[in-house]
Amino acid sequence: MIKKRVVLTFPHEIVSQPVVYHLVKDYNLMINILRARVTPQEQGRLVVEISGRKKELETGMNYLAELNIDIQPLAQDIKWHESKCVHCTACIPHCPTNAIFLNRDTMKVSFDKQKCIACELCIPACPYQAIEIVI
Amino acid sequence: MKVKTYEEINERIRKGEAVVVTAEEIIDIVEEKGIKKAAKEVDVVTTGTFAPMCSSGAFINFKNSKPKIKAQKVWLNGINTYAGLAAADIYLGVTELPDEDLLNKVFPGNFKYGGGHVIEDLVAGKHIKLKAISYGTDCYPKKEIETVIDIKSVNQAILTNPRNAYQNYNVAINKYSDRNIYTYMGILKPNIGNANYCSAGQLSPLLNDPFYKTIGIGTRIFLGGGEGYVYWEGTQHNPYVKRGPNGVVRAPAGTIAVVGDLKGMSPEWLKGTSITGYGVTLTIGIGIPIPILSEDIVKYTAVKDEDIYTQIVDYSKDYPNGVNKSYGEVNYKQLRDGYIEIEGKQVPTGALSSYKKAREIAEILKRRIKKGRFELTKPVKSLSSGE
Ligand code: SF4
Ligand code: SF4
Repeated sequence: MIKKRVVLTFPHEIVSQPVVYHLVKDYNLMINILRARVTPQEQGRLVVEISGRKKELETGMNYLAELNIDIQPLAQDIKWHESKCVHCTACIPHCPTNAIFLNRDTMKVSFDKQKCIACELCIPACPYQAIEIVI
Repeated sequence: MKVKTYEEINERIRKGEAVVVTAEEIIDIVEEKGIKKAAKEVDVVTTGTFAPMCSSGAFINFKNSKPKIKAQKVWLNGINTYAGLAAADIYLGVTELPDEDLLNKVFPGNFKYGGGHVIEDLVAGKHIKLKAISYGTDCYPKKEIETVIDIKSVNQAILTNPRNAYQNYNVAINKYSDRNIYTYMGILKPNIGNANYCSAGQLSPLLNDPFYKTIGIGTRIFLGGGEGYVYWEGTQHNPYVKRGPNGVVRAPAGTIAVVGDLKGMSPEWLKGTSITGYGVTLTIGIGIPIPILSEDIVKYTAVKDEDIYTQIVDYSKDYPNGVNKSYGEVNYKQLRDGYIEIEGKQVPTGALSSYKKAREIAEILKRRIKKGRFELTKPVKSLSSGE
């Protein structure tokens, strides 16, 4: 079982096809959609975590490549600068995954990178520029 | 009932015998021992708050050039200051922005640097670019200077804040707009997607002294890591808002004006702040000691988050239009627990005020007093209490 986080960019003629359905059904892959932005007339972007057996993951990726879907590893990385954080909690209600979270006894904010889906919602919410996107 | 005087408390501080506890610790002490005993045993309760405080700034007197200039317009790191004072005096306001800032032209603006950041940099000992222009006079012939200053080279740098440490504040929501709104209370999501608050609640200075019985003009305080004083009641000070049975205000009420020497302060407690879509400001650490002069006072300091209420205010339509309307009352225990109920919906909360830092300030002040390094002052005049 392996896991991969990738950014898929769809040409707009593919946008209407049930690509994720085929990945699940034909290749036995587990798909966790982290972010999706598919607008008609435009291209679509999907940030997904794909997990499955190595062989099936490879053939699944080939299927995507044949459809002209661009596959990039999720390179964006969110950095939380602990020294800049004042633990105000302004970012807390904006984080959809609890990657940035508060211990309510100590009132200390921490960051769990494993849970972060790089949605960037916390970045404008932080008044101290303590969260940064590294590309 | 009176239990002790300022003089007695200071005598004990000097001897290193003073019993000092924080505004959190006093809660349990009063619960365990009762008001009478607590008032006898405890000398001082320390409070703290750490939050953006927009009505702040610094008077700076820089060493004049040779030949001299009667500075008419002055910029520090590109930030405009107020120079309509004597030749080398300026006032740097924390919400001031660079002239070329894009502001909200690309909405929401990110306001990366401004007056508050200059103060943080100055206190951190960094070099600051100073540019001044003038028209030239017989006594001040120079018309333009560009130089570098730092905290050591200026004659004076005096943090002078007309309004700080609000006694209670609104909880902000976005009820009517269908997009994120960008306010000084942070980003508010549509459909009451979140609720933001800004007070240290049970640790906050003026919430522990609801009728300003000890905090007044001349009170010595922890300010920005150094020492400062209350010099007046703050602008918008309003003691007449509704109060609970414990005397605690249920809406924004009292404020204080504070002053202190920037040269003794630290960038850890003065932080330049960038509020997306709104602007810049300065986040300030303030701690105020409360002398336990009477049983009433100890009772006030034992106030708990669950007994401090505030109002939920809409910032999408009501606040901008000056409509005074509340969408319910909540207390600081609910706010700090992470969710409050508004119109039957569970709404996640976030704060602009750091409770963790407020707690640290109360601890630092406690240590300073215990070590005899910080004595208490008796106010020379009280703030108006509306009583
Ligand atoms: S980028 Fe998104 S998921 Fe990651 S910490 Fe920020 S809000 Fe949470
Ligand atoms: S908003 Fe910024 S400073 Fe405040 S808790 Fe989050 S990361 Fe820390």
